[in-house]
Amino acid sequence: MDINQTKIAKQFIEAIPHSQALGMKLASVSKGTAEMTMDYNKQFVGDPATGVIHGGAVSALMDTCCGTAVMSHPSSPTSTATIDLRIDYMRPATPGQRITAIAECYHITRSVAFVRARAIDEDADRPVATATGTFTVEGK
Amino acid sequence: MSRVKPEPMQVIKQRRDAVLNALVSGVPYVQFLGIHFDRRGDELTAVMPFEERLIGNPMLPALHGGATAAFLEVTAIIGLSWSMLWQDIESGNLDAEEMAAGNMPRLPKTISFTVDYLRSGLPRDAYARAHVTRSGRRYATVHTEAWQDNRARPIAQATAHFLMPRQDG
Repeated sequence: MDINQTKIAKQFIEAIPHSQALGMKLASVSKGTAEMTMDYNKQFVGDPATGVIHGGAVSALMDTCCGTAVMSHPSSPTSTATIDLRIDYMRPATPGQRITAIAECYHITRSVAFVRARAIDEDADRPVATATGTFTVEGK
Repeated sequence: MSRVKPEPMQVIKQRRDAVLNALVSGVPYVQFLGIHFDRRGDELTAVMPFEERLIGNPMLPALHGGATAAFLEVTAIIGLSWSMLWQDIESGNLDAEEMAAGNMPRLPKTISFTVDYLRSGLPRDAYARAHVTRSGRRYATVHTEAWQDNRARPIAQATAHFLMPRQDG
């Protein structure tokens, strides 16, 4: 994707109401891979005793990032929707740190896209969560 | 045979609702999504009233898959915690005022969460119920289903595995 397309994708993703509500930002997108970030926000806390972000917010970031990776695939689908998504939580994200999701659409057919993703905080060597999912492919 | 006189219904209801309220209002992200719970005896129904900021596809329009997933995950955790605490609620061992003051019991942690999207979520209220398939000392499995207008036409379902809090404190 050239710089102009990346800019369009960024505006498109960041204009989605729920992505906006969670403060998601598109960091980069290119040929079936996407990277998105979500800043720490006290409103997204799932465990008030520790201040750890709720798994649901991480799921939302992963889902959006996976969908973006599908849309950026070189076969250029016109639209996509999640069929299923599995998330494994390795460890709680460190409170106060930004969460980054990196997704890769590693295979695509006429009707289904296969995606994997991981979420990290500032300690990139120890993943917070990983995800695998399948997505619909429209208009290829 | 002496039989303990049952507590007045209002006392029991007040205690159940106070614990549920502490469980739900204590979690910022549950409040952020606007989720509340309807209770009938020990049965809980989660309700996520429609809001514009839950939209993921403004063209259709449809709920964001992430919002739906989060709704199911919240339903699963609260549902499992509720069933885990039920005995203590009924016996009166659990102090709802302590909970509301921030002294929450340790809650289960999500190990994995698998969501299947069955239909696109429409821009209206969504409901969900959790079923604790298995609850052991260390691990628990919970199935959840979300629907909107028709109970028989779910929009999504999920299976989640949880690590239960240690009993020895």
